Amino acid sequence: MNLSRKWLNEFVTVTADDRTFAEEMTLSGSKVEVTEDLSAEIKNVVVGKVLSMKRHENSDHMWVCMVDVGEDAPVQIVTGAQNVKEGDLVPVAKDQSLLPGGVKIEAGKLRGVLSNGMLCSFKELGLDQRDFPTAYENGIWILSDDEELTGLTIGQDICSAVGLDDHVVEFEITPNRPDCLSVIGLAREAAATFDAQLRLHEPVVKGGAEGNLVELLDVETPAADLVPRYTARMVRNVKIAPSPKWMRERLRAMGVRPINNIVDITNYVMMEYGQPMHAFDYRYVQGGKIIVRRAAEGEELTTLDGNVRKLTADHLVIADDNRAVGLAGIMGGMNSEIVDDTVDVVFESACFDGTCIRKGALSLGMRTEASAKFEKGLDPMNTLPAVNRACELVELLGAGEVVDGVIDILNFVPHPTVLQLRPDKINALLGTDVSVEEMQAILTKLQFGVEGETITVPSWRGDVVHYSDLAEEVARFHGYNNIPCTLVSGETTRGGYNEEQKMEQQLGAVCRSMGYDEIITYSFISPTYYDKIRWAADDERRESFKILNPLGEDTSIMRTTPLPSMLEILSRNYNYRNKSVRLYELARTYRMGGEDGLARELKYLTLGAYGEMDFFALKGMVNAVLDSIRAEGIRYEACTANPSYHPGRCANVYAGDVCIGVMGQIHPLVAQNYDADTELYCAELSLNALMEVQGADPIYAPLPKFPAVSRDIAVVCRNEITVGALADCIRRGAKGLLKNAALFDIYQGAGIPEGCKSVAFNLTLRADDRSITSEEADEDIKSILELLKTELGAVLR
Amino acid sequence: MKQQLEAIRKSALEAIEQAGASEELEVLRVKYLGKKGELTAVLKQMGKLSAEERPIIGQVANEVRSALEQAIEGARSRLAAAALEQRLVAEAIDVTIPGKEVKIGHKHPMYRALDEIKEIFVGMGFTVLDGPEVELASYNFDRLNAEEGHPSRDWSDTFYFDTDSRVMLRSQTSPMQVRAMETMSLPIRIIAPGRVYRKDEVDATHSPMFHQVEGMVIDKNVTMADLKGTLNTVMEQLFGEGTVTRFRPHHFPFTEPSCEMDVQCHKCGGKGCPTCKGEGWIEVLGAGMVHPKVLEMSGINSEEYSGWAFGMGLERLAMRRFKISDLRLIFENDVRFLEQF
Repeated sequence: MNLSRKWLNEFVTVTADDRTFAEEMTLSGSKVEVTEDLSAEIKNVVVGKVLSMKRHENSDHMWVCMVDVGEDAPVQIVTGAQNVKEGDLVPVAKDQSLLPGGVKIEAGKLRGVLSNGMLCSFKELGLDQRDFPTAYENGIWILSDDEELTGLTIGQDICSAVGLDDHVVEFEITPNRPDCLSVIGLAREAAATFDAQLRLHEPVVKGGAEGNLVELLDVETPAADLVPRYTARMVRNVKIAPSPKWMRERLRAMGVRPINNIVDITNYVMMEYGQPMHAFDYRYVQGGKIIVRRAAEGEELTTLDGNVRKLTADHLVIADDNRAVGLAGIMGGMNSEIVDDTVDVVFESACFDGTCIRKGALSLGMRTEASAKFEKGLDPMNTLPAVNRACELVELLGAGEVVDGVIDILNFVPHPTVLQLRPDKINALLGTDVSVEEMQAILTKLQFGVEGETITVPSWRGDVVHYSDLAEEVARFHGYNNIPCTLVSGETTRGGYNEEQKMEQQLGAVCRSMGYDEIITYSFISPTYYDKIRWAADDERRESFKILNPLGEDTSIMRTTPLPSMLEILSRNYNYRNKSVRLYELARTYRMGGEDGLARELKYLTLGAYGEMDFFALKGMVNAVLDSIRAEGIRYEACTANPSYHPGRCANVYAGDVCIGVMGQIHPLVAQNYDADTELYCAELSLNALMEVQGADPIYAPLPKFPAVSRDIAVVCRNEITVGALADCIRRGAKGLLKNAALFDIYQGAGIPEGCKSVAFNLTLRADDRSITSEEADEDIKSILELLKTELGAVLR
Repeated sequence: MKQQLEAIRKSALEAIEQAGASEELEVLRVKYLGKKGELTAVLKQMGKLSAEERPIIGQVANEVRSALEQAIEGARSRLAAAALEQRLVAEAIDVTIPGKEVKIGHKHPMYRALDEIKEIFVGMGFTVLDGPEVELASYNFDRLNAEEGHPSRDWSDTFYFDTDSRVMLRSQTSPMQVRAMETMSLPIRIIAPGRVYRKDEVDATHSPMFHQVEGMVIDKNVTMADLKGTLNTVMEQLFGEGTVTRFRPHHFPFTEPSCEMDVQCHKCGGKGCPTCKGEGWIEVLGAGMVHPKVLEMSGINSEEYSGWAFGMGLERLAMRRFKISDLRLIFENDVRFLEQF
């Protein structure tokens, strides 16, 4: 919302500079975004009088002018314009002056003749033909030809002369305060903020045009539930013309383009009262009847912007007997537009249902200034003063004759909200000690009705319905920054993290200690990402939460797997030529089938790496993670069936019977889908599973008192026998003294039969209660070797 | 005999003095002090001496023996020190050669900022809550007093999963206020960090997914003064002692009175500069007193209990904390970015 400070000052005198004004208004609740001095870009440009002109000695089109700029002596200025004559008042950019767009004017020679500045056109002052409709467009602006520019003095600053001396303040108005989307609304706030007198104006309409409105126009509101109030007046014998300079100036300051007197009046009233207005050409209202109804399904209307709109029963239209002539609260229709030969005009000043207008505007993709106001819910008491103000302005501008009588249909009679002040409760809520008198004074200056502790809320303050709303009014004007600062008292609470949060913290710490960097990826992905990781077309994990109104396909479904996100980041880093990368994410996935139709949001610890990485380095990392949570019974089972992973380099990870996840090298085809010409490694570990297999708190086990016996064995077996199977066999074959079996060598080649390998383990044997003898150790080894032979055909090398 | 002894002393001391290695010393020890050594040989002749001479010569002999022993010992430690010295010189390395790389991982800057906030609140007795991101509109809107027509409910602003606008991606962490009131017993002190989603195109300051942290206290006699005091304390811990804040009126459907909190611009100290867009202040969070209607909707008696709540955008905080210029860096996850934190 833009506010002209000149316009504001019509209702309340505030002399504070822009910065102070912005600060005070912001602190009382009307947040100022920026302030703008309209004259800021124009410096040292004045009204000058052309005293004499002679031809330039070296040019057949230039003139050398002597110009009085209000200084001791006239200045010489060369101009190429042909529309200037002696005696004209013109804008003069003097030596060292500034014009909009950062243009700097300095004295200089034009074909050898000194020019101490420049005579300006209105365009060079940043103005537009609509701002000064009678000014000559293609030459110097002859100020003295414009009847509206009166009282000009030579040497006067051009900004004050042509109305560029205003300051504009841009407010961010919160949706609960539609009343502040108007000059009067902000004047009320400013008056309360600066403790200044508010001077509101009661419109006075003379009327007296031929006929009476009741005979000329009939209004029906069949959609009464969507039309709390419909007010209309009529103007005859309209003379469409540009509106006067003062009105154009104010509209321009508020960011509205002047069009003609009638349209400008509707915009002016909308700005001043916050009440959107609409003007129809009466001759096109067929049957002299206005019907405010729901549109018929498929009904069409060409709106003022020239677009054909196809409507539904959710849209509210203004219609005559035969057809729609406007989209209620959004935009008028082309078929009843005010044109140059319009004679009779109907002014509509209505209050429509906010939600209906909002949805209608949204569905047609045409949020307008009017609809933006209506959707917030307007004050139904505002329609009558606003339409009267419009009629008053018509008379003031001589733009037409107002017909006596008002059509005013009130489908909903609002009762003022009455609240109890409850000062103790307010002070208890704010933590303050504001006196009842101060509270009453604050509410009084905000125009609330105050009778003791009975508070009557003004009609434009639909947001105030509860004592806590009154507390906010008190707080705003007592000053938020005058509320003391205390700390929460009362019963202490334990607070802290739950088990899952602690687990997440621990996993993150382990990952970082192992050199993995944390990433954050989007929770939504494209459905095509499931193709990229080679999931089968009928894979049930593809069933994802689908966003019905996504920003784009890439962010259109909620991921059921964290893998594509990790791969995307690995790929991005690879393509940025980052050499060796290790990443982790604690990522959520979203599966169907949660409570209340929500998702089952399952968390994963995802690891991803390339560069200095291979299967066993990643496996070591996974082990470290599992070790950090004291999981037991860890085993890795080769997995050839996971389509995203290399079938020969992928393992499912178990702790006991619980599958924790998967790890391995990403399938080369998947890597290719991610433009990564290198081996990518990933692990996906379920946080739920990790929680489940987390070991108990550690309990001290006594350190071994007796020495261990160490034996190395090397067995020869078929290639397809896994080290895991051998180790498992060794563990089962021992007779109770084996404490550890550590792989130390795998050998193939000379001395080993084709298709076979030699696998060597270092075995540690020990008893907890005695020193074991060599013979005892031999017994265990013998038993181990026997089982290896019978079960796996592995024989001592 | 005395002369013999003196001669041995002289020659032995000279030899020991000149010994260059501990092996040589051993040879000398055997030569002079060994069972067949020169000194021993002389002493064996003691029996031939008269009773008067014997103690005198005996004393001289002992003196010579101990002198030789001392000399050998001295020479030995001299040689050991020299050998050590030599070894240390030989073992010297160029300490400017780079160390073996041990790469440590880095926490994402957004989580670093979040962790700081969590620690501050946990220290004040707050519980940390997690909650669903795929959320019911009733929790995200209705029970937070955002009525049917509230603009944030528009499909242009919020992501929905069904045509009835029932299930959505939460647009704020505030539904955790309702979930906390529903499941926890009073008094309540919680913070709830997490992901939130809004229909904003990606640019330097916007992302369709970002993070917020919600905070709420509900108890008897909770005041707006408490809200201010607590948040001021938090800002001082985040941004340093003496951080200047201000509170401005604002509007949220679920708090009344509502406010926004600004921190004075660190760059210009409030004078106004490009960082703060000339305002002198930087907005950090929205807050307010929990709306009595919101309390009542969750079955809490608003006459007896009151509460405050706040919601803070974390990316913006992290960006301010680490002077990150573009929000896209946060989600790009380039290790050259990540490893700076």
